[in-house]
Amino acid sequence: MRSAEDGFGGPQSITTDVCIIGAGPVGLFAVFECGLLKLKCHLVDVLPRPGGQLSEIYPKKPIFDIPGYPSILAQELVDNLMVQIAPFKPGFTLGERVEQLKKQPDGRFKIITQKGTEIQAGAVAIAAGLGCFEPRKPDIPDIQIFEGKGLEYMVSDPEKFRDGDVVIAGGGDSALDWAIQLSAVAHSLTLVHRSATFRAAAHSVETARQLESQGRMRIIVNAQLHKLLGNGHLEAVEIRHNDGRIETLQANVCLPLFGLSPKLGPIAHWGFDIQNNQIPVDTEKFQTSVPGIFAIGDINTYPGKLKLILCGFHEAALMAQAAFKYIKPQEHLSFKYTTVTGIQGL
Amino acid sequence: MTVVDRQGASRSLEVPLGISLNLMELLKAEGFPVEGLCGGMAMCATCHIEVLEGLEKLGAQTEAELNMLDTLPKVYPASRLACQIPLSPALEGVVVRLAETE
Repeated sequence: MRSAEDGFGGPQSITTDVCIIGAGPVGLFAVFECGLLKLKCHLVDVLPRPGGQLSEIYPKKPIFDIPGYPSILAQELVDNLMVQIAPFKPGFTLGERVEQLKKQPDGRFKIITQKGTEIQAGAVAIAAGLGCFEPRKPDIPDIQIFEGKGLEYMVSDPEKFRDGDVVIAGGGDSALDWAIQLSAVAHSLTLVHRSATFRAAAHSVETARQLESQGRMRIIVNAQLHKLLGNGHLEAVEIRHNDGRIETLQANVCLPLFGLSPKLGPIAHWGFDIQNNQIPVDTEKFQTSVPGIFAIGDINTYPGKLKLILCGFHEAALMAQAAFKYIKPQEHLSFKYTTVTGIQGL
Repeated sequence: MTVVDRQGASRSLEVPLGISLNLMELLKAEGFPVEGLCGGMAMCATCHIEVLEGLEKLGAQTEAELNMLDTLPKVYPASRLACQIPLSPALEGVVVRLAETE
């Protein structure tokens, strides 16, 4: 797998036939359908591994409506798809969000990620599902002033918080896990949670309570973040107890960890029509309002649309035919069964 | 049942029965600005509602719903995810309010 972080020396430039944005089940299967037509694919996903929702949110859940599989675990389906598409040697750029998608004067496309990776493609298939999963932000006035200045929504490197006065808000697994980890490096650590009970894994709650009794963590329940204070950088956090009391905590780091929420993100600005956070397509080509840009899977909409993996697979097959005709208008496209021709890898 | 939208206007709805829909799907079908992005898997909380009347009639919450509600920055004592509420005669007289979007 290739990514800009693999040490190839900074942002890369990649050329492919079809750039697939989103490496969920439908994006992965699109590689197969394109591969049968000898179209080379490159996938980009904001998540660090392929599989989309299936791997990220419900890997252990059984799926019952994949034809031929009475029951298959979500992660197993992803693993199988990876095997199925391997002969077509798709490229991957993972952990990067596509920021820009531009149609070139020659009808080809340029895709640029937030890390600067550039992909040149003959056609684009957007298989972005629900969009990008982004951190939920609490409703605090002027919160954006402190973003990156003491306020973070994710922990990338715990060392960054060494000797800091850290306030974590939230009661789920990530809030508890990071509170436990950061309590080992921070000067002080306070965990603020809205209710009195934690729904995080029981052993995490137990560990946190132990750290609290050892004086290495303070846990404040029935309270919420109220205000951020500081001049240019976070200096203190005001919390509001559910009984109305306001308390000020000295803090140079505040981490609101309220989980991830799907957002359409940059997709909304790529120049094709969007309706209610979905991309309208036709049901012959699954093409957006911009020729050469297709949308398949949960992200698209059309009369009768069902958000099912199997429908996404069907859409991928028809999209591949249309993408072929877009990229190679002069060439004849013949339809062949895999039972007749087998799989010829790329 | 009655739905209060984000502007504070209320509207009463006929609840169709004999069709296995959930409240999120009904709200979408009725044109309320409810995204229901995840398709009813209690994964996105875009169908977050506050139940103003009749909470006790709506049945128990699943772990998935409780977990999702627990991660949200702002919830109410009577918060529910509409996608986890099946349409049933129990909705007679229930009043819900669409929660603020994030």
